[in-house]
Amino acid sequence: MISRSALIRIVASSFAVLGLACSAIAAPLRIDAGKSTVSVAFRQMNVPVEATFRKFTARIDFDVTRPADAKASIDIDIPSFDLGDAGYNRDVLKKEWFDVAQFPKASFVASTIRASAGAPAGTGYDVAGKLTIKGKTADVRFPLTVRQDKGGRTFDGAFAIKRLAFNIGEGEWKDTGMVADEVTIRFHVVTTSSSQ
Amino acid sequence: MEHYTKPAILLHWLIALLIMVTFFLGLTMVDIPGLTPTKLKYFSWHKWLGVTVLALACLRLLWRLTHAAPAYPIEMPRWQQSAAHVLHALLYILIFAIPISGYFYSMAAGIPVVYLGLLPLPVFIDPNPMLKPLLQMTHYWLNMTLASAVCLHILAALKHLLIDRDGIFKRILP
Repeated sequence: MISRSALIRIVASSFAVLGLACSAIAAPLRIDAGKSTVSVAFRQMNVPVEATFRKFTARIDFDVTRPADAKASIDIDIPSFDLGDAGYNRDVLKKEWFDVAQFPKASFVASTIRASAGAPAGTGYDVAGKLTIKGKTADVRFPLTVRQDKGGRTFDGAFAIKRLAFNIGEGEWKDTGMVADEVTIRFHVVTTSSSQ
Repeated sequence: MEHYTKPAILLHWLIALLIMVTFFLGLTMVDIPGLTPTKLKYFSWHKWLGVTVLALACLRLLWRLTHAAPAYPIEMPRWQQSAAHVLHALLYILIFAIPISGYFYSMAAGIPVVYLGLLPLPVFIDPNPMLKPLLQMTHYWLNMTLASAVCLHILAALKHLLIDRDGIFKRILP
């Protein structure tokens, strides 16, 4: 039979252990949407062009001490694509390009996040995951750099895709002399520290 | 009667031809609805032509500054000589102002020019959503001014050729 005080001590220390465990479990970081960007760079008749996706939701669960448990995903709002011209922005949502009527979102979900060899602790990671655009999914991998400052953390990464693999630019637009096949997607996600 | 120098004559007709092509390409390309490969090609060709006109305009001006144009005959009324000088000066200004405004319009739209698809040309301003429509209007209205000036120029030239028969037109013929 356990004494009352012993029981209290056991319960109290269990809570303490649970509390510690909770603080160690990564909580989703708060994304600063105003400072974060997802941009797209490509070449049109060899002219470099940049566009951005103005609306996206990113979710990053990241704990420096346990990168293996980190989760990262980003959902991109396709109609928010901005080439700098209202007319072209509308044209690019059509069936030949993004086909927004059927595929209003693109997404990236990270499957593995591993600390990069040689990078100072907490600053470089190798990310692998699945990118889905216009209903097609492909594996991507890229290096991710993480910077920590007073306000929070910044996550930067970029990777190249082949637009034809996602059927972006069909019919007469398959001509890669007009719009190059290779497209670089770059993201810059700024998080603000909540309690950390 | 004294003629223009051969380089001046060559540059005159070459620039005139390039301007005509560039102008009509410009009118056509903006009327193409939507986004088509043809439209993108026309825009690129239009810009390459415009840059070429600007380069030739520089040569033209340099030549003119170092090789005086033939004087007008004394018989030509003073008011006509002044009008000619003003119109020609306007044309010189426009063959610089128009390609420059177009070039800045393209930069403000975030589209640098890659000459002939090979040579990236310098970028002087960042993409600028506020300047873009202003530069577009400027480019358009300068072009309409050029169209009027060219019409006057051609009419005046034909007057000298067909009505006055004073030999003035022949000075610019190859």
